[in-house]
Amino acid sequence: MSWWRPADVGFAVRSKLGDIGSAARLFVQLVGPGAKSLRRFGLVRDQIHFLGNYSLAIIAVSGLFVGFVLGLQGYYTLQRYGSSEALGLLVALSLVRELGPVVAALLFAGRAGTSLTAEIGLMKAGEQLSAMEMMAVDPVRRILAPRFWAGVITMPLLAAVFSAVGVIGGYVVGVVMLGVDTGAFWGQMQNGVDVWRDVGNGVVKSIVFGVTVTFVALLQGFAAQPTPEGVSRATTRTVVVASLAVLGLDFLLTAMMFSI
Amino acid sequence: MQRSNNDIWVGLFVLIGAAALLFLALQSANLLSLNFQKTYAVTARFDNIGGLKPQTAVKSAGVVVGRVESITFDDKNFQASVTLALQNRYSFPKDSSLKILTSGLLGEQYIGIEAGAEEKTLQAGDTITATQSAVVLENLISQFLYSKAAEGGSSTAGTPTKK
Repeated sequence: MSWWRPADVGFAVRSKLGDIGSAARLFVQLVGPGAKSLRRFGLVRDQIHFLGNYSLAIIAVSGLFVGFVLGLQGYYTLQRYGSSEALGLLVALSLVRELGPVVAALLFAGRAGTSLTAEIGLMKAGEQLSAMEMMAVDPVRRILAPRFWAGVITMPLLAAVFSAVGVIGGYVVGVVMLGVDTGAFWGQMQNGVDVWRDVGNGVVKSIVFGVTVTFVALLQGFAAQPTPEGVSRATTRTVVVASLAVLGLDFLLTAMMFSI
Repeated sequence: MQRSNNDIWVGLFVLIGAAALLFLALQSANLLSLNFQKTYAVTARFDNIGGLKPQTAVKSAGVVVGRVESITFDDKNFQASVTLALQNRYSFPKDSSLKILTSGLLGEQYIGIEAGAEEKTLQAGDTITATQSAVVLENLISQFLYSKAAEGGSSTAGTPTKK
């Protein structure tokens, strides 16, 4: 295949444009008419149970260890400048503003995004989605939309759990193990962390990441080649695309939120 | 809507998430200290505000009595015009003076109010002109160097009289 031939370039551009167009159409369908699926909350609830409850363990454990490591590394650096009391501030700010939303989203993409893609892809391969369409049931509204909204609801909660557990992890290492003063740890944290500017923007970030990761996972599953190979490729692509999108968006959001 | 076993677990999950958010808001960000009390705005002019930023505290006798609302530059008299939001429950004499202070050697800057003696109190929209600018370290150092140099010059002039 010679990709430099103008006809091939044109074909590639057109098919990519078509991909972007169908992705945008799916997104509009999920956000617009798909929001009605919130009224059939039973469907969304089952998905929250699947995406949220089963991700809770990995999120909490990762948060705890990230908090431990932040406590150790932060103490090591701060202690050189004789300001190890600021450890609480460092741990809380880095978790709430950055690590909580981002790492939780990456874990969510690996834990929940892949299973969404595989599920949708296999439904497509087994022609279940076509069967639904035959019965005049819109698969986007019946299958995709509840999963999408469940992901959007779940992600901020998981990120909050990650940050909270991380702060406790930092407390365990900093105060219990390394002997930073308890009052200074919490006091500096409470002086330095702002509810709206730091916690609120972290929540906004995690909502955006929830939309991104869930949408990428659903899109990859929905657009997968209906073969075993196609589903496996789509699952891999979910992790790659979702992680890159989360990290790129994180930079943009941080630049928008915190530089002002 | 039929109830299923999932209801309980999803409810638990949402509760845990909400508890985590509440923990972050209360324990690490100290939401309770944010008071949504009514404030009145007072303007003050400073020659130099140093590193003062919006939202920094205004303290009197070390107690927070308000916040800096906005900082603008006034190109009529080339001064910084700082708007303070003082809490309604505190009133200050009209001739109170403001200072830009620093907590600790390298700490954050804040505005200190020193109460004056007048009977009338500050009202919304008043302007405080009795202000003391922030201490700029560079100016301080150059002052110190100049005075040292001047001292050195006079002392060398004075040394011949001394043995």
